[in-house]
Amino acid sequence: MDKAQKDLHARYQQMVKEATPQPNRWKNLVMAFITGGVICTIGQLFYNLFEVIEPSRLETTAVTQAAMIALGAIATGLGLYDWLAERGGMGAAIPVTGFSNTVTAAAMEFKREGYILGMGTKMFVIAGPVLVYGILSGFVVSLLRAVLTGSLF
Amino acid sequence: MDYLTAFLAGGAICALAQIIYDNTKLTPAHILVSFTVAGAVLGGFGVYQRFAEFAGAGAIIPVSGFGNSIVMGMLSELERLGWEGLFTGAFEITGLGVTTAIVFGGLMAVLFQPKD
Amino acid sequence: MEAKRLGLQTVVFRQAPCIVGCSTIAGPKEGEGNLGSYIDTLVDDPLMGQPTPEKAERMLLYQACQDALAKANLTEDDMQLFIGGDLLNQIISSSYCARDLGIPFLGIYGACSSIVEGLGLGALIVDGDYADSVLVATSSHYQASERQFRYPIELNIQHKKSNQWTVTGAAAAVLSKTRTGPKITMATFGRVLDYGIRSPNDMGAAMAPAAADTLCRHFQDTGTSPGDYDLILTGDLAAVGQKLFVQLVKESDYTLDSKHMDVGAAIYKPEQRSGAGGSGCACSAIGILGYVVKEMLEGKLERVLAIATGALFSPVSNQQGDSIAGIAHAVVIEA
Repeated sequence: MDKAQKDLHARYQQMVKEATPQPNRWKNLVMAFITGGVICTIGQLFYNLFEVIEPSRLETTAVTQAAMIALGAIATGLGLYDWLAERGGMGAAIPVTGFSNTVTAAAMEFKREGYILGMGTKMFVIAGPVLVYGILSGFVVSLLRAVLTGSLF
Repeated sequence: MDYLTAFLAGGAICALAQIIYDNTKLTPAHILVSFTVAGAVLGGFGVYQRFAEFAGAGAIIPVSGFGNSIVMGMLSELERLGWEGLFTGAFEITGLGVTTAIVFGGLMAVLFQPKD
Repeated sequence: MEAKRLGLQTVVFRQAPCIVGCSTIAGPKEGEGNLGSYIDTLVDDPLMGQPTPEKAERMLLYQACQDALAKANLTEDDMQLFIGGDLLNQIISSSYCARDLGIPFLGIYGACSSIVEGLGLGALIVDGDYADSVLVATSSHYQASERQFRYPIELNIQHKKSNQWTVTGAAAAVLSKTRTGPKITMATFGRVLDYGIRSPNDMGAAMAPAAADTLCRHFQDTGTSPGDYDLILTGDLAAVGQKLFVQLVKESDYTLDSKHMDVGAAIYKPEQRSGAGGSGCACSAIGILGYVVKEMLEGKLERVLAIATGALFSPVSNQQGDSIAGIAHAVVIEA
């Protein structure tokens, strides 16, 4: 790419930046805070409930996350979750209910290409990277910790 | 009281994500992955658990808590089995959630159609 | 014999093929929008009772073709060519529609510029005496485009303000030598321009340079100016793209003022939550074959320059870091 073209692109990028409307940052921020906060409060309700019946904290955590994931899936099936996300933004995306939504939304969308080659292959099309990089990074830090504390063997 | 801290901590994590979304070109998928990785790494150093003690579900429910759960599973299995634990531990805690996601996601796909 | 070419990119149709019949069809969201009253058929269910949006889009396209033929008092057998294009991979909507129509088929791809590409090609063929009547049609579907170019429908996405909403609908026109209805007198086929836009959230911005280039080229080739037209219509630049388009045209010393209308920016009402506006093949097609043709038949418009724009990219090229190129074609329609 020659210099004149580069300059043209740079100038146009600037024009685009000026023409693009800014997001309502404050409104989005407040909505994300409230949406995420409310979802976590519901999570706390489950946590307090399961704390009584589960033997350990790790298990309470696991069951709470799973309960919220089930809730997220149901809300997605009923068509409520994309409505919530359009307003709550990251407040709906970041909780595990949002993770669950990515799985359910993909499953609903791609079942049209069949249950094996459609839904089966594409269910984790968005959630996949979360698992892959969660496990990869978790593996690395756990290994590091094991080496440092000498608990590998 | 624990409801209030859950609300504030969870809300704050989501608000942070929203700031990133509104001010960068990162897609939601990038942000979701970054928060999971951050939770896993902070979990590996024991920082996230201390945050969770105070924030409760406010720390557990965001995907960073999910990333932390992956590491907590690995570390507890590491203690029990040695090095094999690094390979078996990822789904020790999160397996319940991942299976729930598959079962309920599949069920919803059978029952409902996407709408505009 | 008078010249059939003007300047660098413009062709003149001396026999001026006429739009002897045309029809538009769209979903409920478009019906509630600003151009709802210009759409011939509105359907309540965007899925048309079909199991998938791809099948629904095909049905919309077929319906539009049949309605256009009926309005022209013609049948499939009278058509010597069918020119169609859409957004779906391998233009399946047009191909399957052509299968059902049984007319010799030329499939085209110009992304959202397909309708004008089709009208321009159709007019060339009719004007060149290679056919008496051709059918031109195009379609797009929100759900089908979303899943191909973006995300699953139910996914938790907060749309950016520059995002555009794909119009669910189809439009078809019968071009013929018979002298009734609006005439197509000129066409300017555009170059592909790439100003380095990478985000699929900025489609309007990716197409605006091509639209401005084609418009200015048309003015230079024909020696016309904005004052020679009652309306200069652009397809689906939407709020962000049309702002850039007007700016770019101004840099070439043409002022459009109130002469300009963008279908993408106009089709939805602000409260319909559709970001910067509409997009898709059906967006420009409804603007031209719905709004412009109806206004002409009522005598409100005499001479219109219609430009349809397309963003040329695929999800693969985008993920591999390629920028989004734009194209724009223009036709002159006269009452």
